[in-house]
Amino acid sequence: MTRSQKRKVFNFFMKLVGLLSLALALIVLLSLILDLAIRGGGRIDMDFFTSFPSRRAGQAGILSAWVGTLLVMLITAFLTILVGVSAALYLEEYSKQNHPMTKLIELNILNLSAMPSILYGLLALGIFVHYFKLGASLLTAGLTLSLLVLPIVIVSTREALRSLPSNLKEASFALGATRFQTLYYYQLPSAMGGIMTGVILALSRAIGETAPLITIGALTYIAFLPQSIMDPFTVLPIQLFNWLSRPQAEFHVNAAAAGLVLLTLTLALNLIAILIRIRVRKSIKW
Amino acid sequence: MEYLFEKWFALCAYLSVFITAAIVLILIFESWPFFKAVKLSEFFFERQWTPMFSDAKFGIQPLLMGTLMTTLIACVIAVPIGILIAATLSEYVSQKTRQWVKPIIELLAGIPSVIFGYFALLVVTPFLQFFYPDLPGFSLLSAGLTMSFMILPLIVSLSEDAIQAVPGHLREASKALGATTFETIWKVILPSASSGIISACILGVSRAIGETMVVAIAAGQQPNWTLDPTEPAATMTAFMVQVALGDLPHGSIGYQTVFVVGLTLLVITLFFNFLALRFRSRMQRFS
Repeated sequence: MTRSQKRKVFNFFMKLVGLLSLALALIVLLSLILDLAIRGGGRIDMDFFTSFPSRRAGQAGILSAWVGTLLVMLITAFLTILVGVSAALYLEEYSKQNHPMTKLIELNILNLSAMPSILYGLLALGIFVHYFKLGASLLTAGLTLSLLVLPIVIVSTREALRSLPSNLKEASFALGATRFQTLYYYQLPSAMGGIMTGVILALSRAIGETAPLITIGALTYIAFLPQSIMDPFTVLPIQLFNWLSRPQAEFHVNAAAAGLVLLTLTLALNLIAILIRIRVRKSIKW
Repeated sequence: MEYLFEKWFALCAYLSVFITAAIVLILIFESWPFFKAVKLSEFFFERQWTPMFSDAKFGIQPLLMGTLMTTLIACVIAVPIGILIAATLSEYVSQKTRQWVKPIIELLAGIPSVIFGYFALLVVTPFLQFFYPDLPGFSLLSAGLTMSFMILPLIVSLSEDAIQAVPGHLREASKALGATTFETIWKVILPSASSGIISACILGVSRAIGETMVVAIAAGQQPNWTLDPTEPAATMTAFMVQVALGDLPHGSIGYQTVFVVGLTLLVITLFFNFLALRFRSRMQRFS
């Protein structure tokens, strides 16, 4: 073989190796999901959603878990939109670019987004649970998770605002609108799609978080529904963890079923975000 | 009115600085009584971590070793494969294939970690036991291997972004000189994208260090100073979960140790985040 043939063969070989690893990685991850679906799928029926956890695996359900997850997500969504969008508006529209304080905030947001989630749990344990005496309540959980996903919402809102054409903004200013009026009547409505994408992605991250909620002391066994935001709670991932840490195989089947529900919710949220993004991209006709 | 809104927006933006400061301060504050009672030399050089025993020993080493081992296993597998897949996606496959494979990979990156814990315990461990029957039910190997699946999508996605950011004319120049695609990847693209790829890998490492549920479920609960991946051993994060699952009265020794381990974890992740940021800013300067 000549040198150039050898190089071409090697190139082909590496292409094959690359494609094989790609296929293998996808197959491994997808077959893990398939395993979850097969093991857990048979366990899912109406009773599974309407029963409290039980000592008997066959009768246990996820009622308190999914209600808890729903309530925590509502609180998280409310707080995250309120604070995250506001922070993004400030950074994008009000703050002075290249001001050292702005740089510091941006650096902080990057750093926070790569912080282990369990450290947010410790923060919440120290501040919300023990200092403000909020206990291991729905409110504490919502606060903790919204701190955790804040960077996601801030970054995506800023991107959404930045992608708007600046001539319309300038037109608004030229008509005598103030900065806030411009934001309220033009920028926020136009960037809504991008902002919602960010919020939904943030929720899809928050819905699966387990460690920070265990750290604040969320209970693993709850056989009642919370009545107020100060009540103790459990969520789907914690219920899943609880079933997983029992030795009996019947509980592992429950864990698979709860995992399947959780995974479906996460993927559904992600899909909605992707669909909104595609729609937003298509609808832009300036 | 306008003024009030502006102040509110500013307050929300500064909140991020407050959060970071609060995490650092609360960890130092709550660990303070511990370091008053335990000598630093014991903390760093003692090889046992038994805070709940009557003969309590407070050496962070076994927990550090657990974290080091799982992170190492995860990265040794995920980093090379991740970069290989990123390069393949970017350079070998057609634009059309990439457009549907990349979203799938990003979707996989969003799977909750507790579900990976399930995979580790009930799929990966039995699979490994099939080849190596002596493997215990909890092991560093199984947790590390599962974690590599978990950080792989992250590394692929971020590295692929970095490779895409390499200007097209470099690619074309290399091919015009007669280089094969592989030679272009190896000699032109990877060196040009190295800052971004390294930053992606460091973020993967930092994710593996802070990962909690997989190790809490599958790596074992006992602190164990070992270099053998087939043994069970607790990591820093697994220890925190284990203690937090019990009752945690404010000021008790269990409460303090959770914060001490948290502080150690914070210092390590801050170091890696700082490294990743350095490489990231270098990438931006290049492009």
